[in-house]
Amino acid sequence: MSESITTFEMEAPPSKGLFQERWDILKRNTMAYGSFWFLMFLLALAFFGKILTRYIVVFDPKVVRLSEKFLPPLTVFKSSITPQEDAPTFGIYLFGTDELGRDVFARMLEGTSVSLSVGFVAVGIMLTVGIFFGGIAGYYGRVKLGFITVDTIIMRFVDIMLCFPTFFLILTVVALLPPSIYNIMIVIGLTSWMGTARFVRAEFLALRDQDFVAAARSQAIPEWRIIFIHMVPNAIAPVLVSATLGVASAILTESALSFLGFGVQPPDATWGNILSDGKNFLFDAPWLTFIPGFTILLVVLAFNLCGEGLREAFNPKLKTTS
Amino acid sequence: MVNFILRNIWQRIILLIFISIISHAIVHLAPGEPALVDPSNPRMKAEDIQRIRAAFHLDEPLHVQYVYWVKDLFTGELKSFKDNQPVMGKIWERFLNSLPLFVIATFITWCLAFPVGIRAAVHRDSTFDRSSTFISYALISIPGFFLSYLVIIFMVKTFNVPVLGMRTFGLEDASFLFQSMDRVWHLTIPALMSAIAGTAVLSRYVRSQMSEVLHQDYMRTARAKGLPEDQVIYRHGLRNALLPFITMFGLTIPALIGGSVIFEQIFSWPGMGRLGYEAILARDFPIILTLNFMTAVLVLVGTLVSDILYAVVDPRIKF
Repeated sequence: MSESITTFEMEAPPSKGLFQERWDILKRNTMAYGSFWFLMFLLALAFFGKILTRYIVVFDPKVVRLSEKFLPPLTVFKSSITPQEDAPTFGIYLFGTDELGRDVFARMLEGTSVSLSVGFVAVGIMLTVGIFFGGIAGYYGRVKLGFITVDTIIMRFVDIMLCFPTFFLILTVVALLPPSIYNIMIVIGLTSWMGTARFVRAEFLALRDQDFVAAARSQAIPEWRIIFIHMVPNAIAPVLVSATLGVASAILTESALSFLGFGVQPPDATWGNILSDGKNFLFDAPWLTFIPGFTILLVVLAFNLCGEGLREAFNPKLKTTS
Repeated sequence: MVNFILRNIWQRIILLIFISIISHAIVHLAPGEPALVDPSNPRMKAEDIQRIRAAFHLDEPLHVQYVYWVKDLFTGELKSFKDNQPVMGKIWERFLNSLPLFVIATFITWCLAFPVGIRAAVHRDSTFDRSSTFISYALISIPGFFLSYLVIIFMVKTFNVPVLGMRTFGLEDASFLFQSMDRVWHLTIPALMSAIAGTAVLSRYVRSQMSEVLHQDYMRTARAKGLPEDQVIYRHGLRNALLPFITMFGLTIPALIGGSVIFEQIFSWPGMGRLGYEAILARDFPIILTLNFMTAVLVLVGTLVSDILYAVVDPRIKF
């Protein structure tokens, strides 16, 4: 995402580039700007969390200490039964322990990268499929295949997909397939691309008659190149917005699936399955519910605010009014 | 007009056929058959499994199974794999349970979202606008079941509201008035919880629609004529801003099944969402497929009605 931003700045005329201008509008929206930096921080946290829990194990999410279960947050480690090498880092349970005596802080840290990658991979699939179908429908819209146009075929297919009750469809497929984190990512991605396809098509309808497309066509540039290299970057604004909002809804969907028992399965920790395991001990150990619950709330909120901020910043009407 | 409606119905019937083919293919191509739900059961011998498969036509090719399903569906012969009850009867019974939940939740949603959205749009950038924006985003972002648990703890402790099931056990002999009050009492929290996310989303739409309308020229004209502010906003503004919501109404219908799975599971509400969930667990293909099909029918009918209404309400649209 950030790469395309920088290339655009270089191509832009010496006045303000499109993205620079929009970026300044985004900066004025304090909540969106704040959430953007919060998300950057979160990405860094996910990255280091992955390293610290998997490769250089500083916080080990897998150590089971049965004598240490259900300790509230900020408990200092002073057990005589549990061996010293199983003690949590810094000798303190920052977020307490769960029903098996595992360190919740380490598990949340591990869950950060898993939850975010579920969101990002699902959105990646969503964007790929959405841009592909939207681009084809927008560019080849007038081409006739037999008696119907390409546009009609693709947009009817989008209508078909919109008629399914999405969550029910996801649930059906995830429940029938063998449980695996990749299936969840793929299914969420394949059931959410319709919005992106519609946005991209709408942008393409306006773009396909513009001069730069005609110029590209006159130079005999291959059509796939015109579509994906020349036109897609010009339609990037709605895509960026739906991507940001898509990550938020993918994280929520994963946690809802976890609640029904079809989420990411136990060896992998995600915020969703920590939360749905924790709810069984709501009265004995409320922190097992509250910590992942409020984490999901905060992160999804940040994604939503950031996405809405981007939408406002890219709204062409806004430039004239403000 | 009649031509337009007929063409729309025709298009929708074609869509429906494709939807049924795709959903049939998805459900049947996914691994895991009804006969294999209980693989560790020692009493299930290979020939038993073969017999079950033959009884449910599961050993036929996919397109033949599809024809069987469609034929059974339209003759009303379709039976559930699990208990051999007619599918339509089972779904109808659950539909009657889901309907009050859906109607009341929708009612709460629309009654709350419009005043909040309009006020936020009219007083743009006021404290009310900012806080309602933030609260709606927070409500959209919170996982529904997490919020429900928080509310359950709070409400049950403070108000002693029942949160499980549709009625209190043992009240069958009570007077009608008492029974219906018990029903309403049980409905309160589930309806409220399923309305919350919808309210948050809808109030955002109302706000953006209203703030778009407020900048139009006819609003300035109305003010210039010296009309009172209330009349300008509600007669001239709101009526124009309402148009897109006619379309939205048709699209809220899938929530009747899909969106309610989680809430019906939390509150043990015997509705359609739970029926679908149980059917998925039991690989009860006829019920899954029929539920999917009926949602699609509801959506298509909903969008058709809203398309027609749109044309009736908005004189600018011509056929």
